[in-house]
Amino acid sequence: MDARYEPKILALICTYCTYTAADMAGSLRLQYPPNVRVVKLLCTGKVDVLHLLAAFKAGADAVMVSGCEIGDCHFLEGNLRAKERVAHAKELIAEIGLEPERLEMFHIGASDAPQWAKAVEMMTRRAKELGPSPLRKLEAAALAAEGVAA
Amino acid sequence: MIVAERKPFAEIAQAVAGYRRVLVVGCGTCVAVCLAGGEKEAGILAAQLDLAGQLAGRQQRFATACVERQCDREFLSELDAAAREHDALLSLACGAGVQFLAERHPTLPVLAGLNTTFIGVNQDVGRWDERCRACTDCLLSLTGGVCPVTMCPKGMVNGPCGGAVEGRCETDPERDCAWTVIHARLSDSDRLANLEVLVPPRDHSRANLPGRQAHAAYLRRYSSHD
Ligand code: SF4
Ligand code: SF4
Repeated sequence: MDARYEPKILALICTYCTYTAADMAGSLRLQYPPNVRVVKLLCTGKVDVLHLLAAFKAGADAVMVSGCEIGDCHFLEGNLRAKERVAHAKELIAEIGLEPERLEMFHIGASDAPQWAKAVEMMTRRAKELGPSPLRKLEAAALAAEGVAA
Repeated sequence: MIVAERKPFAEIAQAVAGYRRVLVVGCGTCVAVCLAGGEKEAGILAAQLDLAGQLAGRQQRFATACVERQCDREFLSELDAAAREHDALLSLACGAGVQFLAERHPTLPVLAGLNTTFIGVNQDVGRWDERCRACTDCLLSLTGGVCPVTMCPKGMVNGPCGGAVEGRCETDPERDCAWTVIHARLSDSDRLANLEVLVPPRDHSRANLPGRQAHAAYLRRYSSHD
């Protein structure tokens, strides 16, 4: 594996719990890998299977969805729906030959900044072990062919 | 409603492998309700095929469309312009819808993305059970609203086969014997006398040809036997 490889990880996280934890991680100056790009959602219940597939199409090496802890969703069951959809999307990407481990669901409470840092570390380690997404390589090749710097 | 399920992904991917521009066509009625071929499922399948095509290094494009029903010309006509822009159509309708779409576009390959399974009912979100085999001579008024043709694996129409054990079917102890259920239903609704009625052998002349029927008003208007 290329030692210079830095995975691009998309995180879809909810504003009530995980985003608050991530914010607190910043205030606490906790260190964690800079590979994650955060998209804040009102609730992980908004996450759709199509969004997850689109993330891989756009070249994400890994995708994490993180909502409130089970039973703590601000909208009661948004995180449970997200959990189901992540499980479904894992099957869908496995069907096309992409490792399902590139996608994972987390439940991180608003006060749990260290847990957020750990989750990002874990996903970054995993993405490094898996190597770049084959779709990302193709995307880069397509951009290069069009003369756009990746 | 008609119940169907998506074909295995590998089978679909292989069927579309040779075409560059593929239109995935959903159907908004039965197969949307059974979460197999509606707008949502068409979108997901197209996204999956798109990624799989990229991984395989194929230059393919997948677009999606969804009509209210693929078994009605007035809705299929909405697709005519889009169909002309594609090399193949992948239909997510039941078998009837796929055939009607293919009939409309005889020069285009029209491929089936679903396996049509049965006429059934919605038991719960995500669970369906078969209820009718479209036998053309319905017995439900006699049999307490329980279909012996469908619910009895042997299709016994004049009483049980005699193999039931404690009310369970001899072919599968997980299932109720259809005739035990019929008996209970007739007893509960005070119609046990129905059991005395003998059902004659089926008139297969109606069932061994592709079915065709016309409404009386249609016949009056066109005075045709078509
Ligand atoms: S008898 Fe059964 S299979 Fe025949 S039409 Fe009635 S429900 Fe359908
Ligand atoms: S046990 Fe009942 S349901 Fe099963 S085959 Fe016999 S009559 Fe039909």
